[in-house]
Amino acid sequence: MRKIITALLLSMMPALALAAGGGMKNYSVDIDMDNKASLQRGAKLFVNYCLSCHGAKAMRYNRLAQDLGMPEKMVKENMIFTADYSKKPDGEISKVGSLMEVAMRTNDAKNWFGTKIPDLSVVARARGADWLYTYLMTFYIDESRPFGMNNQRFPSVGMPHVLWELEGLKKAVYKTEKGADGKDHKVLSGFEIVKPGSMSKVEYANAMRDLTNYMVYMGEPALMERKTIGVWVILFLILFFFVSYALKKEYWKDIH
Amino acid sequence: MDKLVALFEWVDARFPLGKMWREHLSEYYAPKNFNFWYFFGSLALLVFVLQIVTGIVLTMYYKPDAELAFFSVEHIMRDVEWGWFIRYMHSTGASAFFLVVYLHMFRGMMYGSYKKPRELLWIFGVLIHVALMAEAFFGYLLPWGQMSFWGAQVIVNLFAAVPFGIGEPLSEWIRGDFVISDATLNRFFAFHVIALPFVLAALVVLHILALHEVGSNNPDGIEIKKNKDKNGIPLDGIPFHPYYTVKDIVGVVVFFIFFFAVVFFAPEMGGYFIEHPNFEQADPLKTPDHIAPVWYFTPFYAMLRAVPPMLGSQFPGVMVMGAAIIVLFFLPWIDRSPVKSIRYRGIHFKIALGIFVVSFVVLGWLGVQPSTPVKTLMAQIFTALYFLYFVALWFMPSFEKTKPVPERVTS
Repeated sequence: MRKIITALLLSMMPALALAAGGGMKNYSVDIDMDNKASLQRGAKLFVNYCLSCHGAKAMRYNRLAQDLGMPEKMVKENMIFTADYSKKPDGEISKVGSLMEVAMRTNDAKNWFGTKIPDLSVVARARGADWLYTYLMTFYIDESRPFGMNNQRFPSVGMPHVLWELEGLKKAVYKTEKGADGKDHKVLSGFEIVKPGSMSKVEYANAMRDLTNYMVYMGEPALMERKTIGVWVILFLILFFFVSYALKKEYWKDIH
Repeated sequence: MDKLVALFEWVDARFPLGKMWREHLSEYYAPKNFNFWYFFGSLALLVFVLQIVTGIVLTMYYKPDAELAFFSVEHIMRDVEWGWFIRYMHSTGASAFFLVVYLHMFRGMMYGSYKKPRELLWIFGVLIHVALMAEAFFGYLLPWGQMSFWGAQVIVNLFAAVPFGIGEPLSEWIRGDFVISDATLNRFFAFHVIALPFVLAALVVLHILALHEVGSNNPDGIEIKKNKDKNGIPLDGIPFHPYYTVKDIVGVVVFFIFFFAVVFFAPEMGGYFIEHPNFEQADPLKTPDHIAPVWYFTPFYAMLRAVPPMLGSQFPGVMVMGAAIIVLFFLPWIDRSPVKSIRYRGIHFKIALGIFVVSFVVLGWLGVQPSTPVKTLMAQIFTALYFLYFVALWFMPSFEKTKPVPERVTS
């Protein structure tokens, strides 16, 4: 029981930190499954920057190739850099039909980052697209953290800002606000780039949109087809409604 | 054709095929004035069959193992051909099942369908509801997400609230471990795919046999068997087949339009049918900020939370929640009015039933909300109103002004 209470209290800590941070709202992001170019750019960012500290072990490389309209050869040559040490200890590079397994060993991850590293296959469905986008957009310098970076959406996150080369480094700007208790509180009000990256602000925002778009796709590849099929199913059922209703009317003529 | 007839005759001489067809379909006389509310019985049967069929397919690919379960569901969603479709039908089917069952039960309450001679029919129905809740609860653990895990933890802990030193060992016995674990997942899988489907199927058979023995009630609450022609056929009755089979097809199509709209366009239903935290694998060390059961349990969950712990025990809350279901079994005897249908009952009944429905819906809403003092107070008020309905029903005959019930059904 004590364990559960401790766990409960621990789980509340991010929420408390967020409350102190002034109630961060999510940025909103447009998701477009028809924008294949955006999905491809997102996939490129994903395999270069997210894989393979994170795994996406529900996703196969060749499924990605098929859904995003890329030849398998292209995916094989440009997107598969890692091995799945859990299954191939000799370090053989994953095949195109493989799952996007994590290359880092779990114990190493725990030693380096102080936590298990979550699998990202369905993270977009757990957190939502807006949350992910906001998370990617709000890393800022915080010397008190082990990697020197903190995140506004996910305070005290264990992950370093792996995209800093692209975005550059930004510091948080605070303003003072009167809280409900009448005292002054320091509230995060925005960010300021202190060291530019290889992308401009707009380029980085677009890149994160692509990455989020890709992660939404990866969370549910069926999203590509289910709505299209759904339209035909509903249309058929509406048509069938008129047929079945006419049948019912015909049979019930002698009752009413 | 002759050969087919010969085959039928061969079977019929050895098995009551023709007799069953006549008794339950072609010569089962149902009142001719069924309205909208009478679709939900057959729809419940349809959803039951759908759940069995999709469930069988899911079982072929699902792995009941704490290490594998979560990703085996994702395997179904991605690598299995049409797996996502089967899985969404099953997850949407669970919610649809409760929806049609709740509407079906409301119909019974509205038209007094539980009254003599249909008491046992009603009791079988309430038993189906109880078995369905167990079935849904066991099934919800299987995807092995965070809500699966912590929801099961909360519910199994309810048993730990039983006093006299029985609770703790009882909850351990249910889990097969000190926490929800692989052992729990395996036994819940067994209950979900074997035990409860058998119980449900048996109860459905009993429910239908009881129905066909006493005959259907109708929106007028009149016994059609009181007025028969010279052949012994009820004057207001029509053969179930073909009249209600063709009518039910229309109901099925309309139901499917809504059902498949959810399956194809909103399978998560905004987090109500598939909860967002359930896309995170179960982690015994990480409690979600807010644990809420799926919507169909929330009215009862709200009642549980409304009752403050006494002597450090949650048991009173568990008792109240249990009582909310147990009381339904006694409904045929609590309602003492001679009039069945709401159409001929007084204003008091209509108001009371209205308050009851509102209470149930509001409790359902409260059950998904994090508790606050105001919401707890609301939950207490609406829990009281839920139970007050049954008290009011008992005393109603002494002051209720009912209308005269006609001899024959109105159309």
